[in-house]
This record gives sequence, structure tokens and C-alpha cells, in this order.
Amino acid sequence: MDLSTLDPIALIVSLIIAATPLVLAATGELVTEKSGVLNLGVEGMMVFGAITGFAAAVESGSPWLGFLASATGGAVLALIFGVMTQYLLSNQVATGLALTMFGLGLAALIGQPYAGVKPPPFPRLDLPLLGDIPVLGRLLFSFDAMVYLSILLVAAVWWFLARTRGGMVLRAVGENHDAAHSLGMKVVPIRLAAIAFGGACAGLGGAYLSLVRVPQWTEGMTAGAGWIALAIVVFASWKPWRVLLGAYLFGGVTILQLNTQALSLNPALPAGAGLIVVGLVWLGLALRAGRPAGLALAALGLGAAALAFGLAAPRFQIGSAWLSMAPYLVTILVLVVMSRDRARAALNAPASLGRVFHAAG
Amino acid sequence: MLRLEARREPSRAMLLLTPVLAVALTVLFGGALFAALGKDPVAAMRVIFVDPLFDPYSRSELMVKGAPLALIAIGLSLGFRAGIWNIGAEGQFIMGAVAASAVALAFYDVQGLWLLPLMLVAGTAAGAGWAMIPAVLKTRFGANEILVSLMLVYVAEQFLIAMVSGPLRDPQGFNFPLSRSFHDSAVLPVLMEYTRVHVGVLVTLLVVIAAQVLMSRHIFGFRIRLSGEAPRAARFAGVDRAHVTWACMGLSGAAAGLAGMFEVAGPAQQLAPSLPVGYGFTAIIVAFLGRLSPPGIVLAAAIMALTYIGGETAQFALGIPAAANETFRGMLLFFLLGLDILVRYRLVPKRREART
Repeated sequence: MDLSTLDPIALIVSLIIAATPLVLAATGELVTEKSGVLNLGVEGMMVFGAITGFAAAVESGSPWLGFLASATGGAVLALIFGVMTQYLLSNQVATGLALTMFGLGLAALIGQPYAGVKPPPFPRLDLPLLGDIPVLGRLLFSFDAMVYLSILLVAAVWWFLARTRGGMVLRAVGENHDAAHSLGMKVVPIRLAAIAFGGACAGLGGAYLSLVRVPQWTEGMTAGAGWIALAIVVFASWKPWRVLLGAYLFGGVTILQLNTQALSLNPALPAGAGLIVVGLVWLGLALRAGRPAGLALAALGLGAAALAFGLAAPRFQIGSAWLSMAPYLVTILVLVVMSRDRARAALNAPASLGRVFHAAG
Repeated sequence: MLRLEARREPSRAMLLLTPVLAVALTVLFGGALFAALGKDPVAAMRVIFVDPLFDPYSRSELMVKGAPLALIAIGLSLGFRAGIWNIGAEGQFIMGAVAASAVALAFYDVQGLWLLPLMLVAGTAAGAGWAMIPAVLKTRFGANEILVSLMLVYVAEQFLIAMVSGPLRDPQGFNFPLSRSFHDSAVLPVLMEYTRVHVGVLVTLLVVIAAQVLMSRHIFGFRIRLSGEAPRAARFAGVDRAHVTWACMGLSGAAAGLAGMFEVAGPAQQLAPSLPVGYGFTAIIVAFLGRLSPPGIVLAAAIMALTYIGGETAQFALGIPAAANETFRGMLLFFLLGLDILVRYRLVPKRREART
């Protein structure tokens, strides 16, 4: 193994690019969930945004029009879900699943002529002077506009939810729709707006995949990213800045997995290191809550064992399929660790999440 | 304008009518979609929904493709009734198929009547075990079973690839990621000559009957329904939510694993990455289309199997992409869920003074 070929700055840059679709989609879903609606159709809206954005960009030659189209596409798809759950009072879990199936199918259908087509390039922002600063220049100023927009989006959502009246209304609707209704808040229109916003963000995330990250259209290219975005919202305990953190964490896992493969490292090394980090966080959480920390210690021990094995046999290899499981396994692990402390997790979850609202009368 | 008024009791008529309406609406909108694709909608609908019924081989295929759908949907319906969402049946199906294949290949060319039952046990146990992961993580840690079970689908897909390109690969297969073709003792007996209708279809029917008895006659079925419809009442009645979760997830995983075993030992007779074709996800639609009741699920499975068979024909006869069928299935679920409101509410003219 030759670690000297690894450029840490390049790694962080690729991590952020890998995480940006997740930042966009998860932030949108956070707003939807804050209004008390659980939309499990993120995967469908993302993949639909990926193709509408791709198609629009190819046909018009403008990636910006592509992003616009993807946001519109995602929002339109989300509004189907909105009408179903808000006016027809359908079950949100099942309707979200339907949205995912429908989105995947429709995207594949629209995408038929676009397989193997190259999209117009989406340029990086060439910031004069700033981009030339030795390390920081590449680390902070070498991205395309969507990366900065995604961070701005997180900031805007945080500001909106925490500091504005509109955000308070949205949260009130999500906490207790009956009380909000009796105070004269328009529960259904507010929720529809939140759902459409979530769809638009998911669409943007999908388009970032097909226009920038990959950049190509392949059927089912989101490969579970929408579901991971849903998990990130749980990981973030419905807090916008933690969504950013969670998405970058998952971006890191993806990049680690790809590089382990490319450098033919023993996968036990990153897995062990990851387990130790998770174990430490878990231990911290458990100690703070005054709970038994047996499982956290087990994770630490397992991580140490894996790390030792990785160092002892750096040439050990496994098939790439095993490595491809990593993001999904990490998602499960994170869900378990975050959900463990139920009282704390429930504190931030919108109380009306997933419940049907019908104003009688 | 119309407004919604809650019914005192769910309407029986609507309960039966809405699935039919949903299918009709899907056909209507599907036709419009075909027309938009530049295909003749009437011809497409005939190829998908009518022609397979008049061809003897297609009729037999209806059972081959309907059986796994019904089997998985029956399992899922238990959990859906209790408000436990196992949406990872596709992964449990894969794990069942892999485990059954591993047994079949471990005893390659060993003759014996015991091999198929052993494969059956392995497949069922693997499916159940895979489903117990989200169940235990749910009851022990409160991790969302929807997300965990779905994540495990992706893990299972990668596991299948790892297996067919590693331990279970055909040694004489020129490194293609395929297993050996199973030998006779590991292949399910065929019930009807010149078809692929296998014993698994019969077992599926038995499972359907067992599920019907369980849900309508047994205390366990009552507890499942109670736990879903009135969670508080169920708690007071001493129903342990964790036990219900384990039972529902375990049983649905077992059913999906069994379907995976039937698929690999019946029509496929070989483990390949192309084995899973989305039965686990389509079964969710089947469960809802069948109104979560065993007889309804059988009918729904037949209808969905029809779209699989007709969809394949339409693909090469009319050049209709496979994705169109996927879109239909999503659409069908939308219509089903949307029309569901007619069961619980009735539409009445809006009174002047009433504001919603």
C-alpha cells in the first residue's frame, strides 16, 4: 500500500462533492419533517430530479437550467405526495413508498434516450486570487456553485426555522397540528409548501449527482442516496447544521470506501478506525446519560481488533462487493447509535410527524 | 363543493370497489402514458392484460410469477396490519435464495429426497434471520425499521454479488458471476408438464390458507390487528409490542426467504445476480391491492403477475420499455392509497356555513 499517493486536500474536496447531494436532499426532508410530514419518497424525487435536470441540461446546454428543471421536477413529484397525504389523507409511509417506485420507474422511462450522453460541464467557480492561496484556496474556493449554495441552503433553513416567524409557524404545525389549526394557522397549505420545498431540494440533490458528481445518467443511479438522506435527518436530530455534519460523514465513508478499493488497502483498516470513532462517540453519549456502556466498549474492542488485523496484514483483500456494503452498514450503525437514547431523540422529533391531519367541520 | 365526512364504519362496498377502481384508473392513465410514448394504447393494454390469459404457457407462468408475489405479500400483510413496516422483503428474498443455493451447491450431485427440505429450511431461516436484524434493532435500540430493512436490501444485493463471484461461483464458468446449475435433487419438482409450475406454488396456497386461519381465527392474528388498530388498547390487554414486532418481521422474512428458495430452486435453478427482479417491492403493492387479506392478496398477485408477463411481451413485441411497467406499479399504488379515502369518508355537498 502506498499512502503517499493520497492527497489529503483532494480527499476532502472529493468528500464534499460526494456529500453535496445528501446535504441538499436531507435539508429539504428536514423542512418537510419539521412541518410534521414524513415523506419517504426522497429516493424517487432524487432520481426524478437527476433525470429531469440531466435532460434539461442536455437539451438546453445550460446546467443552470438543468438544476432549475430538477427542482421543479422534484417539487411536482412531491406535490403528488402532498395532495395524496394532505387532501386524500393517505398513509404517509405507504404513499412515500409509492412515490419512490413511481419516481424510479418514470425516471427510467424518461431517461431511456439519455444513457451514455455527456451532460454540459458545470464549471467550478474560478475565484481570482482566493483560489490561488496554497492550501486553503483548494480547500475552500475550488468548488462549483452548487456546493456553496448547498451550504447557504443549510444556513438559510437554520435561520428560517430558528429565527423567523414563518419558521415558528412551520414548527408549530409539525409539533401539534390540532393546536396550530385552532390558532388559525393554515396547516394544509403550510405542509404542502414544506413538502414542495423538500421535493425541490431532493431534485437538486439528484441533479447534482447526474450533472456534477458522476456526471452521467444511469438507471437507478441514486442507489439508496435518498434513503441515506432520510437517515441523516434522524442522525441530525432534526437540526440543520447537524445535517451538514451527517452528510459530510457519509461523504467521508463513500470516499474512504472508493479509496480503499483504489489503493487496495486492507478494508479492516478504515473499518477499524471507523468503529473506534463510533465507539468513542457512543461511549461519550452513554456516559453522559449515565447508561451502561457495554455495547460501546464492544464496538471499541471490535474496532481495535480490526485495526490490529489491518496493520498486521495490510495486503489482505476482499471483493469490491463487500466494500460497497459500507455506506449502508454505516447508515444502520448510525441509526442504532442515534436512536439508542430514545428520550433525547424524541426531544427534537416533531411530535406530529407522520400523523394524518383532518379538520372536521 | 364537496367535503369529507367521516363514516361511522369503513364501507364494505368501497373496500371491495376501490382496488378495482384503482386498477381501472391505472389502465386509463397507463394508456395515456403509452400514447405519449407514441405507442398504440389499446394494443399495448391488450398485450399486457388480455393476451397472456389466452395463451396456455402464459397462464402457467401466471402461477410461477404470482406465487412468490403472493407469498411475500402474505408475510408483509401481517406486519402492515400491526403498523410494522418491513420494506426490505427484497433483501430477505435474496438471502433466502443465497442460503438455499449454498446448501444445494454444498451437496452438489448428492442424490437424496432430504436435500430440498434442507434447502427450504435454510432459505426460510436466512430470510427470517435477515428480517430479525431490523426487528431487534427496532425493539432494542428504537432504530427505524423502515430505513434499516431497506438498507439491508442493498447489503443483500452486494452479498449476492460477492457470493456468485466468490464461494458460490461455477468453477467451470469462465469467471462469470454465476453459480453451477443445480442438479436434479436440488430442483423443485414440476407439477404440470411443459411448464415451470413447481411444488412451491402448492406450498404457497397452503401458506395462504394458514395465514387466513391465523388472522381470522387465532388469538395471535387478533393481537396483530389490535396492535395496529388500537395500540393503547393492545398495551392494556397485555400485548407485548416487541413480541408482535419480532413475530411480524420474522414471519414476513421467512415468507420472503421461502419465496427466494422457490425462485432459485424452481424457475432459475441457478444463482445469478439477475435473480431478484423486484418481487419484494412489488409485493408491497400486492399486499395493499389485496387489502391485506389473504384471498385478496392471491387475486392481486395474479394481476401483478399478469403485468410482469404481459410487460415482457410488450417489451419485445411493441418496444415498450420495462420502466413503463415500473411506472405503472407506482401509479397503481398511488391510486389505491388515494382512493382509500372513500372507505373511511364519504363525500357530501359542502354546507354554506361549514368551513374546512
